[in-house]
Amino acid sequence: MNRQRREVLKQGGGVTLLALVTAAGWLTPRDAVAQGWNTAAFETKSMDDTMKALGGGAPVPSKDIAFVSTPDIAENGAVVPVGVTSSLPKTESIAILVEKNPNMLAAVFDIPPGTDPALSTRIKMGQSSNVYALVKADGKYYVASKEIKVTLGGCGG
Amino acid sequence: MMQNRRRLAACMGGVALAAFVSLAVGQGSTVDEIAKYRAALQDGNPAELWEARGEDLWKKPRGPKQVAFARCDLGLGAGVVKGAYARMPRYFADAGRVMDLEARLLYCMTTQQGISDADAHKNLFGNGSERKSDMEALVAYVTSESRGTKMDVSLDDPRVKEMYALGEKMFYFRGGPHDFACATCHGEDAKRIRLQDLPNLTSKEGAQKAYTTWPAYRVSQGELRTFQWRLYDCFRQQRFPELVYGSDASIALTTFLARNANGAAYDAPAIKR
Amino acid sequence: MADPMKVRASVVGDSTEVKVLMSHEMETGQRKDAQGKVIPAWFIQNVTATYNGKTVLSAQWGPAVAKNPFLAFKFKGGAKGEKVQITWTDNRGDKRTDEATIA
Repeated sequence: MNRQRREVLKQGGGVTLLALVTAAGWLTPRDAVAQGWNTAAFETKSMDDTMKALGGGAPVPSKDIAFVSTPDIAENGAVVPVGVTSSLPKTESIAILVEKNPNMLAAVFDIPPGTDPALSTRIKMGQSSNVYALVKADGKYYVASKEIKVTLGGCGG
Repeated sequence: MMQNRRRLAACMGGVALAAFVSLAVGQGSTVDEIAKYRAALQDGNPAELWEARGEDLWKKPRGPKQVAFARCDLGLGAGVVKGAYARMPRYFADAGRVMDLEARLLYCMTTQQGISDADAHKNLFGNGSERKSDMEALVAYVTSESRGTKMDVSLDDPRVKEMYALGEKMFYFRGGPHDFACATCHGEDAKRIRLQDLPNLTSKEGAQKAYTTWPAYRVSQGELRTFQWRLYDCFRQQRFPELVYGSDASIALTTFLARNANGAAYDAPAIKR
Repeated sequence: MADPMKVRASVVGDSTEVKVLMSHEMETGQRKDAQGKVIPAWFIQNVTATYNGKTVLSAQWGPAVAKNPFLAFKFKGGAKGEKVQITWTDNRGDKRTDEATIA
């Protein structure tokens, strides 16, 4: 058993997304401890790379993931409201990815038991693109997508 | 020769008509979706962050004289904020001028708080969290205290009436390198620039909807913008000379537009694209 | 030092609904200033919401979350008068915690 895994298991308590990724060897302990932030996952440009960084396999398309209060057209890509609701049992986390953004992953939310697997936030979109809602439920990954058109890009410049 | 030209004209007419029709149809659903986008933005308006900061600024002593805005009379008595914005612009005897909220705040800053004219004019339009505008925060707070109040700008005072007439003249005045007037963009129904629809400010409904939703958090600016900013930016887009902040010209136009909104419930700070 | 958030929590049925507005630039690191220099990335990386000492939501964010971020979520439980805390930390090491009383 390598040292990293031993440290993670010693910590006990909840095993976070981050700890799993660290244990899998995708992050150095310095990154993990210093930031508590999955650097690798936020620098990926494809679904495959994101899944590798999150430590999962290819997600299965699911009709049990819904975009709620998420318009088809955003007047300004700087602020795009996105709401995701998962009716998959044992939903542990919800992530939002934007296919054509400079980096795909926008946000990852860990849902502890007792919290609704439903949330809303606002993201930036550089251009019209598919937006993915990636859900981890019962250890497996599922995905739904929606095309959002942007009349004015929102990444800057 | 004439026959060909006529045929060409008919053909062009046909193409134009077809384009117009498809545009109108496409525009319908696009307009609906954009309406949904705007509705989704209403829940959680970052303008509230400016309102909170403005309330703090309103209440604490400021400037060399260390005086709070509690002494500032917006027309309903010293320090009275509730419902004040819906009754502005108005004539202020102590200043000898018709003033909108922003001009009045500048007046209180310089005369009561002892802040220099130069300092009061610094950073009126914020740019990021490292260059915040106190004025924008103050405006957000004061205007939020008029939310729900019916617009009620009075023309009883002859000086306000005069400003209204001047503002109306300005609204229809064509000038600048594009020969634009405000009315060029805002004088008819169903006009738009690319996908931005333009309110018709000459209709009662258009005037009310427009004025009662400023100031607003502008998503494209990432900032809360005030009515003085809105007019300033219109002038810039028309390639007019720069509109001076708090000038009589800006107040005349504001008086015209605010009074035309009378009767509608004020509903700002709002959130816009 | 960092600007306060606006946190609202209210009872909805047997749950508590939380809405948060954070004040943050969320600079992507993609923009250039007038001199052509890249404006460095500056954004909230971690968000945690707690109630009664228990984490009810935690998140990792990238710079693609919009400026002045908005977040809404719901958790089971919570009663009027109790408190919900929200904490964020950003990539500069800045941190902010605000709390709301459940209405």
